[in-house]
Amino acid sequence: MTDHSQLESDLTAQIAAAPDAAALEAIRVAALGKSGTISGLLKSLGSMSPDERKSAGPAINGLRDRVAAALADRKGALEAAELDARLAAERLDLSLPAEPRRKGAVHPTMQVMDEMIAIFADMGFSLAEGPDIEDDFHNFTALNFPPKHPAREMHDTFFFNPGPDGERKLLRTHTSPVQVRVMQKTNAPAPASWIAAGQEPPIRVIVPGRTYRQDSDATHTPMFHQMEGLVIDRNIHMGHLKWTIDTFIARFFELPSVVTRFRPHHFPFTEPSAEMDVQCDTSGGEVKIGQGTEWSEIVGCGMVHPNILRMCGLDPDEWQGFAFGFGIDRLGRLKYGMPDLRDMFASDTRWLEHYGFSAFATPNPASGLS
Amino acid sequence: MKFTLSWLKEHLQTDATTAQVVDAMTMAGLEVEHVEDPAAKLAAFSVAKIVEAVQHPNADRLRVCQVDTAQGRLEIVCGAPNARAGLTTVFAPIGTYIPGSGITLEPRPVRGVVSNGMLCSAAELELADDSDGILELDGALAVGTPAAQALGLEAVIDFEVTPNRPDWLGVAGIARDLAAAGLGTLKDPSVAPVKGEFPNPITIRLDGSDACPAFSGRLIRGVKNGPSPAWLQQRLKAVGLRPINALVDVTNLLSYDRARPLHVYDARKLTGGFVEARLGREGETVEALDGKSYAATPEICVIADGSGAIGLGGVMGGESTGCSDDTVDVFVESAWFDPIRTAQAGRTLTIVSDAQYRFARGVDPEFVVPGLELATRLILELCGGEPSEVTLAGELPGRRPAFDFDPAYVKKLSGLDVGEAKVWSILEALGFERSGSKVQAPSWRRDVEGKADLVEEVARIEGYGALPADPLPYLPTPAGGVLTVRQNRIRVARRALAAAGYEETICWSFTARATAQLFGGGDDRLVLSNPIAADLDCMRPSGLPGLIEAVGRNAKRGFPDCALYEIGPVFAGDEPGDQRTAVTAVLAPHAPRRWDKGPAEGLYTLKAALYALLDELGAPTANLQVAQGQASPWWHPGRSARLQLGPKAVLAEFGEIHPATLKALDVDGPVYAFELWLEAIPEPKKKAVKTKPALTLSPFMPLSRDFAFVVDRATAAGDVVRAVQSADRVLIAGVRVFDVYEGPGVPEGKKSVAVEAQIQPREKTLTDAEIEALSAKIIAAAAKSAGAALRG
Repeated sequence: MTDHSQLESDLTAQIAAAPDAAALEAIRVAALGKSGTISGLLKSLGSMSPDERKSAGPAINGLRDRVAAALADRKGALEAAELDARLAAERLDLSLPAEPRRKGAVHPTMQVMDEMIAIFADMGFSLAEGPDIEDDFHNFTALNFPPKHPAREMHDTFFFNPGPDGERKLLRTHTSPVQVRVMQKTNAPAPASWIAAGQEPPIRVIVPGRTYRQDSDATHTPMFHQMEGLVIDRNIHMGHLKWTIDTFIARFFELPSVVTRFRPHHFPFTEPSAEMDVQCDTSGGEVKIGQGTEWSEIVGCGMVHPNILRMCGLDPDEWQGFAFGFGIDRLGRLKYGMPDLRDMFASDTRWLEHYGFSAFATPNPASGLS
Repeated sequence: MKFTLSWLKEHLQTDATTAQVVDAMTMAGLEVEHVEDPAAKLAAFSVAKIVEAVQHPNADRLRVCQVDTAQGRLEIVCGAPNARAGLTTVFAPIGTYIPGSGITLEPRPVRGVVSNGMLCSAAELELADDSDGILELDGALAVGTPAAQALGLEAVIDFEVTPNRPDWLGVAGIARDLAAAGLGTLKDPSVAPVKGEFPNPITIRLDGSDACPAFSGRLIRGVKNGPSPAWLQQRLKAVGLRPINALVDVTNLLSYDRARPLHVYDARKLTGGFVEARLGREGETVEALDGKSYAATPEICVIADGSGAIGLGGVMGGESTGCSDDTVDVFVESAWFDPIRTAQAGRTLTIVSDAQYRFARGVDPEFVVPGLELATRLILELCGGEPSEVTLAGELPGRRPAFDFDPAYVKKLSGLDVGEAKVWSILEALGFERSGSKVQAPSWRRDVEGKADLVEEVARIEGYGALPADPLPYLPTPAGGVLTVRQNRIRVARRALAAAGYEETICWSFTARATAQLFGGGDDRLVLSNPIAADLDCMRPSGLPGLIEAVGRNAKRGFPDCALYEIGPVFAGDEPGDQRTAVTAVLAPHAPRRWDKGPAEGLYTLKAALYALLDELGAPTANLQVAQGQASPWWHPGRSARLQLGPKAVLAEFGEIHPATLKALDVDGPVYAFELWLEAIPEPKKKAVKTKPALTLSPFMPLSRDFAFVVDRATAAGDVVRAVQSADRVLIAGVRVFDVYEGPGVPEGKKSVAVEAQIQPREKTLTDAEIEALSAKIIAAAAKSAGAALRG
């Protein structure tokens, strides 16, 4: 029996030394190709006697399998080395900056408006809207401001030049005109589909929107945002108003305790009337709610004046209810600590980045408001 | 309205401190704005006595004093000429801040002698504008007495008087409410008449108009006018009034004490033996007490005598008949002027006087004559003289009618459980009169018109702190939420744009008229007659100018890279239906250069955000026409378009802002922007259920084919895309432009547009022949609709 061990060790050595895939292929062809050395040995089996074949067959087949395996191993090793070399050359400097995506922001006043809507929607309020340019009737007369009454002067109203009919339009000084639009049933349709139309009680609406007064300092801007609330039913009293405001304040500020003060006031459109203050600290250029000894007024409210109910065609002996008006910017200032309300309207990108909110900070009861 | 605690105590028997008064006022509805407390401001100052004063060794005008002070005997250098032994004055120790001179005392030698504090003048305590020397106080005052106490200075309470409560413009009215609130006992406010000694020689005439329905007056003969006594001067000064002379001071005192404005005339300066309240006449003028001349138009009530108009009724008296120290005979007026007319007169004349303020809010008609009697008493007391009988011309306005009131209504409207007896006792304490089931409001409460007002009276005196907090009755919220489609779209737009990298801002609804005109607005009907500033005088027609100007302001601050948006109203007219909600965004990219040479942001970045937003809002983006060159003139004509469903259904405009527009707003470009009108987006049909249509997934592999078309340069690529898409709406699932080329190989005036059509077999795999047929259809459609030829 011929000894193939020399051939095997030669081939094994050649395979191990093959520098690349081409050299390896040449070795394979020389050993296992049609006229390769091992192929020749396999062919020689045919001319052997059965006895010879019995011992030489397994030896030659074994040699072929081991060489083939060695070739495959070496091929894998060469490919892996090649990949390693390529990947090493493909190195990226990951300390280089990725082009940042623009980071947008929601304006804090609008965030606060959404927060307020979320809380009141949960209490069964729906949203009503009305125009910014109003007439005297909706802004004043229907709200029980007698013509030429000094209470009108307190509103520092912006007026337009009189029209051909002598009527002087104005910028609404509060969101209360929408109360009238909601309560007054008329035959005419609302002037636009988004403007509130009259509805039957019970009524439970909030009215967010822009309002305007001729005033400008750190706590007043000529344009600001209000949120009106209106609840009309048969047996709604001031205790319900107090609960509604208290509940709202606790949920809005997301603080375990906010000290509030409910005190009498006067508004032409409510009787009795009230204002609520929250305790806060405004020293040091920041507003901190729940601290300090100052009182900041946050809402004017009261029971809807019987004259308004009558004006809107509701019998005050049958229907009664309350209305309130929050300053949205002011609430935002108290919750999020902006010192100067005028900055809210200055569009300074540094301010917007600092006080703005993520698009994903949608107020919801599970995650909190902001 | 200002007053002091001691003044309040003239009308209210109470031991309450200033703090207690302030608290009770706040909780009764009198909103205290400010308490000015001199005791706090002058806390460091106290009474001291000079024991010895000798000439300073090194200065002629200085003295070295030995002074007994709260800190014992100290050596103090003083430059005042009146510094002398035995003088009782005010001392400030080292470390004190001197308000009048703005310095803080330090232990510094004065010409070689150390001064251990300072002796103070009235000016240094801000009690007078200037002083000749240090204060000279009553020698009986003990050393160490706080200066505020020694000087009789008191806390001054300043509060807001709501327009419904003119009675709070008098200290007596405040006392009445505080007494009802349990802070003390009201002293009897009644006034006994003073008997007239002779008939009033001065006739009072009225013109019968509404201007002055009632006018009372009397002459006081032989008075001796002059400075009023110290107590009266101090009372007036404490609330910021300037003492004039005794006669005038009495009128000012009663204005604040009883909310009763009065006027005194020097009777010898009156002409014709009469005074008349009437409407002004064209061309008439009044020389008023403030030294100015006012036109007395026919809307304004004047007081006239034989010489013509001599005063502005209820607003301000006239110079010609004013009282001086020489006045001997005085005519005292106590009248009732119409509130509305007086309010208008104040506005027209731009005068806000204490009298005008009170008459405009409505003074107590039933105190017209008692007010005159009280003034008479004070004048007789201070100036002597002999009073005539009282004349009352005209008729005093009556009270409002009594109305039915059931005490149970307090509980129904307020929720407060106040017993019936308590309800009545509160109302009585406030002056309401009960007869059977009816209630009559007092004459000074002209604001009370019905039972709801009485509930407020009871509730505020009982205290709002006692109100229950009752949960609102359960009201089922509508299934599907409370927001309308449009309201929800506003929320979605806000979040979508913030997520796309834009920062939300809020701009004024008004802008400069010239700016509004740049954006198609500026209509007369939208111009404010009283703007807050000249450049904010017109309602905006668009959200663009505000955002573009914001870009400019940020750039000027050194931050030119902006992506801003706003959701807010824009105005096409002054009718409610003319208001629309605009979603406006601007992109002014000035990002730093990039190391990876990636593409810069531009108009197509903004277009992507706009289309993503429209998709979020449920707009039919696939059907939108891009009407290029049809956008408004403030856009770059070649780089702007309208997005519309048809010529009358314009959803948005977008593009680059016209350089001329930017220049007019002083902003550097380029600025890319869009404005979309929320109400223009069609609302989806309401569906009964929210189920989505069933999804069918094709088992067949999609394939794609590329086509390079040559078209006219002016042909929109969108037209090529639409043409290709239209070749087979079933099989062609999408068309994308992947190259646009002009240059060698493409004829002059033409461009190549390369598109990839995605083909989705629907029922079976397509054969080569079928694909060929589809390609031929695509080429034919592109040729027909877009004039496109396949590139050879």
